[in-house]
Amino acid sequence: MAQENKQEVTTHKIGVYLWIWGLLFVFSFFSYMVDYLNFEGLLRWTLILLFMFTKAALIMAIFMHLFWERWTIVNVLLWPMSFILVFIGIMVAESEYTFFTRLFYFVVGT
Amino acid sequence: MDHVTDKLPKGLSGLAHDLGSDQTAFKKVPWGKAMMWIFLLSDTFIFSCFLISLMTARASTTVEWPNASEVFGLNFFGVEVPLLLIAIMTFVLITSSGTMAIAVKFGYEKKRKLCAWFLLLTAIGGLTFVGMQAFEWTKLIFHEGIRPWSNPFGAAQFGSFFFMVTGFHGTHVSIGVIFLFIMARKTWRGDFDTARRGYFTSMKSNYEAIEIMGLYWHFVDLVWVFIFAFFYLW
Repeated sequence: MAQENKQEVTTHKIGVYLWIWGLLFVFSFFSYMVDYLNFEGLLRWTLILLFMFTKAALIMAIFMHLFWERWTIVNVLLWPMSFILVFIGIMVAESEYTFFTRLFYFVVGT
Repeated sequence: MDHVTDKLPKGLSGLAHDLGSDQTAFKKVPWGKAMMWIFLLSDTFIFSCFLISLMTARASTTVEWPNASEVFGLNFFGVEVPLLLIAIMTFVLITSSGTMAIAVKFGYEKKRKLCAWFLLLTAIGGLTFVGMQAFEWTKLIFHEGIRPWSNPFGAAQFGSFFFMVTGFHGTHVSIGVIFLFIMARKTWRGDFDTARRGYFTSMKSNYEAIEIMGLYWHFVDLVWVFIFAFFYLW
């Protein structure tokens, strides 16, 4: 039982980390360019989210070693985060409601 | 490593095996690392709550939201460059994340001095980040007149979210820097090679501590990725 909790210590070549580091630089530069080049609307939001999630995935998978962990801890950590999406959905509906009531009472209601 | 761990099933059947084993679920994960991950998961929810309330405030206000690109612009030799300081801060934090990953690697390879040097580099990166953030706050408070309750650029909520979100993140970075310096000293002294007992915990030191420190530090970088996207770019 105690044996099963011993961590297998395997290290990776330094090149792996340097590569990810470089990629993170490139994606950060890309997301900065989205702002610099003044992309607007749907294109802007898609690009921002794409670069954001790519960077987050690289950091979690390689830097935080999740790629090499057993599925148990990966699943236990990642699935609860789906609740964040639920919360976002609820608050989008809520803020739209607030927005329209504000418009109504600021403009029509007075 | 030993014959027990080699026989553990992998993938989905590994998941079923680990969770149904009627004992420790996180196999091959030292308890400290599992605890740090669970703390980070809870911290994820805290930062999510901040960013979701930012979304709610921004979507429900009838006043125009300040344009981050202009607010955080920097005049560089007479040229207005949008978000320049933020971009540099991002690169500094990513770099410190890279040096941290390398420090963890050197730690497990028992290269004591290299590990300590890279921990020190990481701490200096974090310190630079906090320094630039202090500069940014000073500029916004004293020169642009941004307050938590008002600002000259638009919706009043902007200031409170700016100070709350970046302040909470900056606190995380500062705490990380303090611990990085402590870890660098412990590494340099050879605590992890001699398994010297900890001052507070009186438990034997192990290079696993560097990886746990690393998890925290990468998380700080991870949060910045989301703040950068949602606060500065959106």
